[in-house]
Formats: sequence, C-alpha cells, structure tokens
Amino acid sequence: MLKNVTRLFTMLSLWVSAVVFASPLGAFATEAAAASPTASADAHVWWFWPLVLLVFCFVLGVIAVLAGVGGGVLYVPLVSGFFPFHIDFVRGAGLMVALAGALAAGPGLLKRNLASLRLALPMALIASACAVVGAMLGLYLSKLDPRYVQTALGATIMGISILLLCSKNSEYPVVTKQDAISHALGIEGLYQDQATGKEFEWKTHRTFTGLLLFVVIGIMAGMFGLGAGWANIPVLNLLMGAPLKVSVATSKFLLSITDTSAAWVYMNQGAVIPLIAIPSIIGLMLGSLVGVRLLAVAKASFIRYMVIGVLFFAGFKALDKGLGLGILG
Amino acid sequence: MTKQKNVCVTPPEQMRYAIILERGAYLGILIMLITYSIYAFGILTPHVPIEVVTHSWHLGVHDYLEATNSPTGWDWVALVGTGDFINFIGLALLAVMTIICYATLILPYYRCGDYIYLSIVIAEIAVLTLAASGILGSGGH
Repeated sequence: MLKNVTRLFTMLSLWVSAVVFASPLGAFATEAAAASPTASADAHVWWFWPLVLLVFCFVLGVIAVLAGVGGGVLYVPLVSGFFPFHIDFVRGAGLMVALAGALAAGPGLLKRNLASLRLALPMALIASACAVVGAMLGLYLSKLDPRYVQTALGATIMGISILLLCSKNSEYPVVTKQDAISHALGIEGLYQDQATGKEFEWKTHRTFTGLLLFVVIGIMAGMFGLGAGWANIPVLNLLMGAPLKVSVATSKFLLSITDTSAAWVYMNQGAVIPLIAIPSIIGLMLGSLVGVRLLAVAKASFIRYMVIGVLFFAGFKALDKGLGLGILG
Repeated sequence: MTKQKNVCVTPPEQMRYAIILERGAYLGILIMLITYSIYAFGILTPHVPIEVVTHSWHLGVHDYLEATNSPTGWDWVALVGTGDFINFIGLALLAVMTIICYATLILPYYRCGDYIYLSIVIAEIAVLTLAASGILGSGGH
C-alpha cells in the first residue's frame, strides 16, 4: 500500500518537474498576467489559482521533506515563476510558509532537547535584526524595479542549488579548541545519539565568523522570503562545528525567530495576501506530514537530485527574466 | 538528545517555551483554517471583493494597496470584522508567538544571573517588537 503511494508521489514529483521544465504553459503565467492584467483573472473563477496553489504546495511539501530541503526555498522561486502573483506577495507568503513550518516543528525539537537554545539565541538576534533590514531592502528594490529582486533571487537560487549539490555535512565535526566567544556564551552541550546511545560532547569554534555569516543569511532570508535552513545548517555544522542533528534542529528553530521579524515587515507593508498565503501554508504543512510518512520508503536521493535540478532551472528562469535575456522566451 | 552544560535556563523553562509555542502555533493554524473558510464561503463580506484581489495580485505591493484600498500596519484591526481581514488574526498570532515565548525566558535568565543571555533575550524582544510595530518602513503607502 505504502509502496503504491510512494510510486504515486514519485509520479507526481516527475509531473511537477515536467511542468517546470516544459515551462511554456505554467512558466509564463506571470508574463501573461503582466501583459494582460485582467486576462488571467477573467479566464478563471476566483478559486482556481488558490486551489492550484494548495495542490502545488501539497506536492511541494512532500518533495521538500523527501529532498531534505525547507519548503520556503522551493516555494519562492517556483511560485514566483509559475503563478500569476507579483513577487512581493510570493515573498510575503514564502516567509509565512517558512514561519508556520518552523513553528510547527520547533516545539518538538525543543522538547526532545535536540535544538540548542544556547546556540540559537545569539545567532537568532543577528539574523532576525538583519532579516528586518533585508525585508525592507527587498521591498524598496522591488518598488524601484522588480527585476532587481528577480535577478538577485535567480542568482541566489542557482547558488543554493550548487551548494546543495556540493555540500557534504559532517555528522560529528571535530572541534579541538573552543573559541573565546563560544566559551563566554557557554555554547556547548552533550549530544546523545538515540540510534546508537553514544554520547558526544560538543562545543563550537569560529563563532565570530559564524555570527558575521548570519548577517548575510538574515538579509537574504528577509529580502527573498526564502527561509534559510539551506544556509543555517552548513554554518552551524561545517563552520562552527555543531553536530549535524543539533545543527538541523537548531536551524529549524532559528527559522521561527528569523522569519518572524521579516514576516512582520511584509505584513505591515501589506505584502501578505491571505488568499495566497493560507492555501500555501496549509498545502505545504499537509504535504510535509505525508512526506515524513513516505520518507522511510522513498528513493530520497533521486528526488533530491531532481529538486536540485528544478531549483537550478527556476533560478535560471528568474535570472533570465530579471536580466531580460529572453533565453527562455 | 542534547544535555546542555553551564546552562542557566533549565529544561522546565525550555519545556515551557516549547509548550507555549506548540499551543500558539496550532491555535494559529486552527484559526487560519476557520477564518479562511469564512472568507472562501462568503460568510462575511470582504473589505476587498475576491475578484478584485485576483485582478490585482499581479501588481506590486504599492500599486496593489492603491487598487484595493487596503490598509498597512495595524490598520487591519479596524477591518477585522470583514471576510478578508479576519484572516490576519491567525497570521498575526503565528507571528507574535516568538515574542511571547521569548518573554518567558526573561525571568529564568535573571534569576540565575546570566546577564549576557538576559540581554540577548531583551534585545531580541526589542527587535521583534520594532518589526511588529509597523514603525519601520511606514509611510510607504
């Protein structure tokens, strides 16, 4: 039964990627809407796009879990590329999607003591303050010319897809000497692997560099509405030396703080439309629940490579659109 | 499982943070489901008719606000009885949960004299409250 469901979702994943790669139908919905402001709305009943968005986000939620990436990073480039919504509203909804996902996952991670409050709080302060700046900068640039944001988003998404392809996480990084900042903040702990029962004492190093990188992460999260798990995890794990599971859990918890600050800016500026945001949140959350159940039996590596391919294409499309190259039509 | 060393915030405080966050998040999502149903089924008349929203969502936020006469900042509170702006109750609850949870950390850090983390918590509350206040970037509409 479960295998049949897995097969069905693999087919759905392929279908989504086929739509993305084949692009002429869905890919240019935005351009069609821009060219003819009322055409897309006149052609469909009001619930058409919210319903398509709900189903699309459900599939996206399943794929995101199977591929091991956050929903927000898939949501913004794909929805901005293939739906007739302005990028301002897609980024606003993207932040709400990432926030809702982090708020739903955060309590469980804290209860099981997987997420480290001590590691998260200093990073969150830097990232959330910079996310506010990023959100304001993004909305300002978009007001000047949306192509600025589109171009930067495209380049970022292509960079993320390369990062996902190349990054090799380290389960238990070796930290020989704790740095002074980490020591002063008491960023350390004892991690117990539930599978093996082995205990692993951890501490961090290169904390100052990590804090500086969270400036960049915060600005990007706020500017593009992406969520930032794709960047949090390598910084916490590879740079600062936190164990992989602690890094993943702390990153998810961090998102609930970083995205809150940026989400408020978007909401206060009127860039959150419930008709777009709520079906997206519900679809992705339901999809994530199904994705978690399928995780045990799905061929996750294949889906991960497919998602990286789709992300690269979506990034290239945004870059093409932003620079007006016209390579994709 | 991570056992934290040298940590003033004891597991009960972290548990309290988690429990409040969990209840708030699920309540926010439940409210969103209910209010969206009210909106979608037309039980309350929206401030901006749905067709106007779908005709305008391709516009940038500034043009959209002008076209739909939508409010910015906290002005939506005055329109909370309308079908569309009632949805902001759930969205705002999700966005306010982190501030509430952070507030629960103040006392434990103060009690154990961890003034560095107490400062971090207070600074974070200030950042989030400033972002939520609507002061930043106001006047754009």
